[in-house]
Amino acid sequence: MMMQIFASTLRVSTPLIFAALGGMFSERAGVVNIALEGIMLIGAFGAAVGTLVTHSPWLGAGCGIGAGVMLAAIYGLFVIRLRANQIVAGMAINMLAMGLTPFLCKTLYDVTGSTPAVPISERFQSAPLYLSWGLVLVCWFWMKYTPAGLWVSFAGEHPEALDAAGVRVNRVRWAAVLLSGVLAGMGGASLSIFLSSSFSRNMTAGRGFIALAALIFGKWKPVPTAIACLLFGFTEAVQIRLQGVILWGTEPIPVQFIQILPYIVTVLVLAGFVGHSRAPKALGEPFRRG
Amino acid sequence: MAEGFTAAVELRELSRRCGNVAANAGINLRVEPGTIHGVIGENGAGKSTAMKILYGVMQPDSGDIFIDGKKCVWTSPTDAIAMGVGMVHQHFMLAGPYSALDNILLGAEPRRWGMIDRKRARARLEALASQYGLPVDWDRPIEELPVGIQQRIEILKLLYREARILILDEPTAVLTPQETNDLFCNLKKLRSEGKTILLITHKLREVMAFTDRVTVFRAGKVTGEVQTAQTTPQELASLMVGRKVVLNINVSPASPRPEPAIEIAGLSLAGEGAGSRHSLSNVSLRVNRGEIVGIAGVEGNGQSELLQAMLHPRDARCRTSGTVQFLNEDVTAWEALKIRDLGVAVIPQDRQHEGLLLERPVSESFLLGLQRNPAFSRWGLLNSGNWQAAATRAMKEYDVRPGDLTMPAGRLSGGNQQKLIVAREFQRQPRVLIAAQPTRGVDVGAIEFIHERIVRARDEGAGVLLVSFELDEILALSDRILVMYEGRIVAEFNRGGVSERELGLKMAGS
Amino acid sequence: MRKILQPILAVVLGLTLGLGVTWIAGESPWHVLRILGRGAFGSSYDFGMTLFYATPLIFTGLSVAVAFHAGLFNIGAEGQLTLGALAAAAVGALWPGLPAPLAPVLAGVAAIVAGTCWGAIPGWLRARRGSHEVINTIMLNFVAAGLASYVALYLLKNPDSQNPETRPMGAGYLIHQFGFFGGAPVSAALPLAVGTAFLIWMLLWKTALGFEIRAVGQSESAARVAGIDTGKIRILAMAIAGGLAGLVGIGEVLGNAGKFRLGFSPDYGFLGIAVALLGRNQPLGVVAAALLFGALHKGTADLDMETEHVTRELSLVLQALIILSVSAEGLWSWMKKRGQT
Repeated sequence: MMMQIFASTLRVSTPLIFAALGGMFSERAGVVNIALEGIMLIGAFGAAVGTLVTHSPWLGAGCGIGAGVMLAAIYGLFVIRLRANQIVAGMAINMLAMGLTPFLCKTLYDVTGSTPAVPISERFQSAPLYLSWGLVLVCWFWMKYTPAGLWVSFAGEHPEALDAAGVRVNRVRWAAVLLSGVLAGMGGASLSIFLSSSFSRNMTAGRGFIALAALIFGKWKPVPTAIACLLFGFTEAVQIRLQGVILWGTEPIPVQFIQILPYIVTVLVLAGFVGHSRAPKALGEPFRRG
Repeated sequence: MAEGFTAAVELRELSRRCGNVAANAGINLRVEPGTIHGVIGENGAGKSTAMKILYGVMQPDSGDIFIDGKKCVWTSPTDAIAMGVGMVHQHFMLAGPYSALDNILLGAEPRRWGMIDRKRARARLEALASQYGLPVDWDRPIEELPVGIQQRIEILKLLYREARILILDEPTAVLTPQETNDLFCNLKKLRSEGKTILLITHKLREVMAFTDRVTVFRAGKVTGEVQTAQTTPQELASLMVGRKVVLNINVSPASPRPEPAIEIAGLSLAGEGAGSRHSLSNVSLRVNRGEIVGIAGVEGNGQSELLQAMLHPRDARCRTSGTVQFLNEDVTAWEALKIRDLGVAVIPQDRQHEGLLLERPVSESFLLGLQRNPAFSRWGLLNSGNWQAAATRAMKEYDVRPGDLTMPAGRLSGGNQQKLIVAREFQRQPRVLIAAQPTRGVDVGAIEFIHERIVRARDEGAGVLLVSFELDEILALSDRILVMYEGRIVAEFNRGGVSERELGLKMAGS
Repeated sequence: MRKILQPILAVVLGLTLGLGVTWIAGESPWHVLRILGRGAFGSSYDFGMTLFYATPLIFTGLSVAVAFHAGLFNIGAEGQLTLGALAAAAVGALWPGLPAPLAPVLAGVAAIVAGTCWGAIPGWLRARRGSHEVINTIMLNFVAAGLASYVALYLLKNPDSQNPETRPMGAGYLIHQFGFFGGAPVSAALPLAVGTAFLIWMLLWKTALGFEIRAVGQSESAARVAGIDTGKIRILAMAIAGGLAGLVGIGEVLGNAGKFRLGFSPDYGFLGIAVALLGRNQPLGVVAAALLFGALHKGTADLDMETEHVTRELSLVLQALIILSVSAEGLWSWMKKRGQT
């Protein structure tokens, strides 16, 4: 049973890792990304549709990523170009994704609930899992050793300094937000064509927010964030495993308490009761020169 | 004057409007290569705007910039850096959690296979640091380094980018006297290596001591450009303010009563982390009713912490030990609002952020802190009639212009904002007045008005604690002077018992 | 003038964009608009349902607005209203025999208290621990949802139903429903909501406490120097916000279902953000915006049946587009500039 839970932990944390890495780029660059949830959702939808059309999970994932980038671009347009409040716009993007997916689903397949099932042979077997961990290392390396990584860090910590050093802050932020669209879109794709067999309504079910929580838990750094994703994935795996299981007495174990654990832990971490996590200084502030 | 030479920097008829104000109206400025050139003027005179334009952060509405005789049009700081113009900002452009090295090479990273070549950058920086005598610990996060070193890092950042023209905006505002001396030694060394330096400041002393030429700004215009050796502080001062200033206000001798207004004993605030130097250590002082006690000191030596500790003694972030008494009441455990209700008026140091609700109508800024006063509210309900009437009366009495109560407070001029705060605080009939930098960035007329009010409050029996970074203000108003240095009171003088020089030495910690 | 014009323009812009989407999907925007209008206002029942949906939105809109005046972002209204409704239903399920005047008052107080406490937690965390209320309220929403699901599925499970809901409360708890809405569950909660809006207006603009709340929101440092205990005010503002969201429970539990049904809220809490934003955080504006969003929610309900391609989720799309339009600071300053030249 432990092996089972371990394997399922690795699997269910995959979408979280993608999304959390996406969130990391955007937030390290100073753009709050509450829209992760919506981007994941549209990514999941895009990937399912893409796979059904092309019969290839890779092309399907590409479609999911494309959809994610498109939604991220709308988000970027509003928060970077039009200086909309990032929280408000992020919530709106989530609503947009929640509203658009059933609507598109009905237009394409004439059902609102979910897309037709993707045959197992056309789904990912384990590629996203390896890809996600590969990306964790790439992101870690990239943030630490490349100029672009340094720029992202400064765009979120001290954008004026970056501007004074001759790098266009909003360009860096654009790139970061689009990149978060790529990654969160891939996170969504791994939800619909890796963990399950189709897109269904609201299938992200708060995973975007869990990814955000993992990001905070991991102090906005790639490797600790991925470990936090594992931790949160573990609670999800345990909860799935224990659903309806009667360990003692006559009632099944209330899995709700396991379910809410990641959220409580995040609140405690943020409050400094358990460790301490400091957000990038300019997080949430639009940048305007002069 | 040396027109034959090519100027390192030349600004011609530069103009720029900010909102409804002409921040720059036809600025002309010429800087000879290899000199330290002072740019002096009061706050809001347009110095910073001109420098921001020169550095590419802002674009001019009209006018031209010439660097080494070449006309330059730039849209961002990148262009300015490419031409060898760099700026050390008043608020450092450094990100606290990252290392000195990363902060310096940001935007100009040497690369190797797409990665940052930190080894090469470090080698170059080591060379620069030893050439100019500016050693720095490259790997420590910025936030753990003292302010003087942070500034050094800012200068290295420019040298690393091969800047030939260095602009320094109010570089000494946050430095101790020792650090200030170091800075100017370094600047002289840079000048001898052929760099051109623009020093923006409002401190006459620095300009007189360290520059070769000076340009004076006033109200968005240049009012004079002179050779430092051929001018006097008095001449510069009159160019800055437009008339001969007499800082000798006639203050009648005090007649202090033996009743204490403020008594502080052993007040301390432990600093947290390695970076914080100035907290409070064992500060004790007493202000009697009917006297003005001035606290002299360089900014950042614990003055704001002292005021915080006095006004919020309950808060553990403001006070770790010691007692505070106002008017014979031990208020150490009191809430801030209750303390203020004793008749404690406060003119805060930063009027925009600590004194006013900038986006709200003037009348609301007037009510701030008085909302629980029985004259303005009963049972928690505001009495709008009384409040508006009192505000109208006060605007007249304190000459706040325009007297429009519905205008957002942020649109008043600096002087009128300060008068609005004074008007509000004096509604309390203060028995204690705490005034921090009461005339910073305020026009001359308002300065006189505010000084007069402070003296009148004293004569009516209030105990006044005056905190100011301006020596002249301290010397003119205070009946007693305390000197603060690194979180302690290091000296005490009576009115007339100390020279400006002696006071300056004490402020520098010697 | 511009204060009113901007939200109206945003609504027009959002609706236009949203209907543009339906047009792309091959549906006549005019047709969709007519269904929306008829669905929301076509009969007294339809209008009643619009009012029924608007009622909780008034509460959550006020909740977000009060927090916003204190400079706080209450994304937690969803969790607060969940616990509010749960508390009201729990009182009713535990003491089903209580008589009429006492029972609804007790249940109502329970709803307010539960919401208040749930709101005060992120307020306290922000004021005393410095952790940001946005993340905390989002997290607490999930915690509240988990707790509610536990109570509805285990502790107070309704044995007579397959749905996840609590045991029904006694008849003494139910509050008056108005008869003239053709059976739509418009209860005394509607006048309560409007009355609450008035009280919140009084609080914000006519009392010393309201002034302190707004001062903290405008400039925390200035409020602090003026002697205001900014931490206390923040906790208080979030507690009030939580209590307002908790009031949603009255309309839903006492005025409609008579029990707590898991997932009864179509994200009233999040929509409250939109309502407050569109209503410019003014109580009167909140009431107006809540009516509009209530109408959108009701109007789109018929879309599934009456059109080929458009679904009821169009309301989410429309609301999202309206929020985006109203929040685009840059768009409005650009239009202002164009207007001046």
